[in-house]
Amino acid sequence: MPPGLDPRFTALPLDALAEAALRRSKDLGATHAEVRIERIRAGAHRLRDEALESSTDATDLGIGVRVIHEGSWGFAAGITLTSEGAAALADQAVEAAKISRPLTSRPVELAAEPVHVGEWVSPFRIDPFDVSDAERIARLVELSRLAAGPGVDHVTANLDMIDEHKFYADLAGSRTLQRRVRVHPLLEVMATSDRYHSMRTTNPPAGRGWEYVLGEGWDLDAEVAQLPTWLAEQVAAPSIEPGRYDLVIEPTNLWLTIHESVAHATELDRALGYEAAYAGTSFAKRETLGSLQYGSAAMTVTGDRVTEHGLASCGWDDEGVEAQTFDIVRDGIHVGYQLNRQMAYEQGLGRSNGCAFADSSGHIPLQRMPNVSLKPADTDITVPDLVARVEHGLYVVGDKSWSIDMQRYNFQFTGQRFYAIENGEIAGQVADVAYQATTTDFWGSMEAVGGPSTYKLMGALDCGKGQPGQSAPVSHGTPAALFRSVNVLNTEAEGAHA
Amino acid sequence: MITDWIEAGLAAATSDECIVIVRDAGEANLRWAINSLTTNGQMHHRSATVVAIRRTEGVGHAGVLSGPVAEEGDLVALVAHACAAAADAPASDDSAPLPDPVVDADYTDEAVGTSIDVFSTFANGLGRALAASRDAGTEMFGYAEHHVSTVWLATSAGARRRTVERSGKVELNAKHADRIGSAWVGQATTDFADVDADALAAEVTRRLGWCENRIELPAGRYETILPPSAVADLMILTYWTASGRDAEQGRTVFAGKEPGTTRVGEILSPLPMTLSSGPGALPAAPFAIVEGSAPGLTSVYDNGAPAETLHWMRDGMLARLPYTRAAAAASGQEYAFPSDNLTLDVGSSVTLDEMIRSTTRGLLLTCLWYIREVDISSLLVTGLTRDGVYLIENGEIVGMVNNFRFNESPIDLLRRAVEASVAEATLCREWNDWFTFTTMPALRVPDFNMSTVSQAY
Repeated sequence: MPPGLDPRFTALPLDALAEAALRRSKDLGATHAEVRIERIRAGAHRLRDEALESSTDATDLGIGVRVIHEGSWGFAAGITLTSEGAAALADQAVEAAKISRPLTSRPVELAAEPVHVGEWVSPFRIDPFDVSDAERIARLVELSRLAAGPGVDHVTANLDMIDEHKFYADLAGSRTLQRRVRVHPLLEVMATSDRYHSMRTTNPPAGRGWEYVLGEGWDLDAEVAQLPTWLAEQVAAPSIEPGRYDLVIEPTNLWLTIHESVAHATELDRALGYEAAYAGTSFAKRETLGSLQYGSAAMTVTGDRVTEHGLASCGWDDEGVEAQTFDIVRDGIHVGYQLNRQMAYEQGLGRSNGCAFADSSGHIPLQRMPNVSLKPADTDITVPDLVARVEHGLYVVGDKSWSIDMQRYNFQFTGQRFYAIENGEIAGQVADVAYQATTTDFWGSMEAVGGPSTYKLMGALDCGKGQPGQSAPVSHGTPAALFRSVNVLNTEAEGAHA
Repeated sequence: MITDWIEAGLAAATSDECIVIVRDAGEANLRWAINSLTTNGQMHHRSATVVAIRRTEGVGHAGVLSGPVAEEGDLVALVAHACAAAADAPASDDSAPLPDPVVDADYTDEAVGTSIDVFSTFANGLGRALAASRDAGTEMFGYAEHHVSTVWLATSAGARRRTVERSGKVELNAKHADRIGSAWVGQATTDFADVDADALAAEVTRRLGWCENRIELPAGRYETILPPSAVADLMILTYWTASGRDAEQGRTVFAGKEPGTTRVGEILSPLPMTLSSGPGALPAAPFAIVEGSAPGLTSVYDNGAPAETLHWMRDGMLARLPYTRAAAAASGQEYAFPSDNLTLDVGSSVTLDEMIRSTTRGLLLTCLWYIREVDISSLLVTGLTRDGVYLIENGEIVGMVNNFRFNESPIDLLRRAVEASVAEATLCREWNDWFTFTTMPALRVPDFNMSTVSQAY
């Protein structure tokens, strides 16, 4: 039987705490109030050359109360899990709303959402925290030994594990209980005898349990065993000649380009300016929704919170909105934003599509990205099929360095491995490569996407946004894809000075 | 009383040694956008980290657990779990003896807090600024936060330490209605008593005025003045990569030419730069507080050890690198704890305004953004300019320029810098979620590599 909710969390007086906070909020005149009680356990091991460098196991447990009072938001959070403590947080939240009132230009209203009552648990088989430290570390040592080989001077092995429990209740009557488990093992090898070189696994973090570390869903052992060979090839690889290249980009690299240039760019709070001083805004402006040519006709991108093993998947978001799937880019045209309830109402966009998330009880829900994924071709176009179309280009595998501007126009990415493509065939690795483009030019140059057999669900554990800063897990599914005439830099030359 | 809880926790420990850290943290924040407050809040949190250590032939095996602490029983339970983890743990790579114990006179003092009221004076000024911005047809965005954490640290060796960490910041961004012209100012603070909202608003408005004249420039190498905030972001990134052990292993820009060596002793800059950190002019705890080891940089075994003022560069020469006590012992180096503040000083008395006046043609930046490593071996980083690139001609700012993507190594910039201003307290932009207090000069670089134009504003 798969694991369910942790009885140690459900044994907390969740309903009583919620009732105390919601009743006090209502008595004080709040028109909307919501309570989140969250317990988040995060564990990590860091090994270097088979030795344990760091091991942590941190649990956060608390309660947050958010209200709308006289048209203004107020929020307060604490750790006292008593009815008196919960009611006191309602007092503080209403007081915070009163402070906000003179500085709030228009009253806050929310898009309607049906009342939901239920439970949801992400699909996993083995709770990673039920596995002993010794067993987890032994597995990392085993992988470290597998990664050692000729030319490898150092091996690092990391494991991150998160177990998130979330209770939500609001004045309208919604009551939801959710649990999400995710893990991310990562191996990296280094050669330092001449110049520094590194190579790491491309396996993503996954909404799975310990079984993922053992190889379920990704053949980690097979990838780790290849690391010394790939590293040796990189050490011997010639430096790239800068210029324009056709790129066949593997999902292990393309997911991050989707994340930065599509997923963040289609957050409505960014487009409206709410993140202007921090994360930034977006070139995908509200007034061009439905007409902006985002990319080629081969580009269809969806947002969802329902993908199995997806890191952003859930039953309901942190405003009580049911998980959904929606289009963001259809046949190259920008057709949808990620929404929360306030912006959906303000912008006349109907129901929220469920993209509110707070990374703990101590933070307010922000509009955060769902799983944002590029649709594969209907027919099974393979990577060799895509490569066969390229006369002179590069095949790109794995993510590494990334950077994009505050309106999501100009980006620069590197990767784990770049292979030369000559006359439709993959040749050896080349080194010192970065590709740099403007978002709409890049996606406009996408000639073809691979089929279902090239599709992988990738992602990140720690996408950052907001002030105070919050971290969110998110997945991106993508096939391999072919891009024409992309600007490629030589990073050695970029850093060279007379 | 929390110190009683700690004694109960230490008494319950079944491991050979034990470290208990309790952090009582208060936070308040305000956020605004498009001339209107968008969110605010105040939070209180109390957590503990327990490092239980089992010794076999002197080598430590650590169980490190953190969790919320609402009452004594929570801490005692956390200690029990940490001891169980230590019993199961392999040998630690960063094992070291517990530091010599120090007892602070204020150890038993209560927690210090904060609340949304800390902004009362600032919020009045902010309200005036937002109203003025609305009247002027411009937009203001920004954020203010205040943190106060009381930290108690006790060890089974007898250390009883307490410190209060106070930090805060304000960022104010002003934009033209078309959101092309954009200016930013920021300030670090400990208590907001020194934050003058009217003055910040006046300065950001003055800078927005420089954006009336808009000039397009292509990518290329430009004489560039990096202001203190931009220098801070680059130096913080450099600081974070400065682990002595990693350098010895050939894994950073500070690796020496010969295996196992570092670049300590090498001249990094022709300017007489001193780079330092530690308690003193800028806030920092006087002892190491490490709630999770950062491999190669800090170790949980060093909790309670002195955090002193250290000079990482002197007269332009790399003087030392951070080492944990374990790494220092292994390498024959001295323990050097990297405190969370950073000062770069060249001893210059030249002001930024004077640097502008002495510029024939060049760029003045405001800050840098989305800085990421491209090549670890050279510390080549890429990133963007943000919220104001200004063209200087004949000693005067003549307008704003488009943003650029740059590719540069901070180490190479130190080598190529030809002039520095007087060092001043500054808030970095990219890393200010993690690093609040810096003192930096502006630097003039004759050939800064603006790799491509960014259309972003």
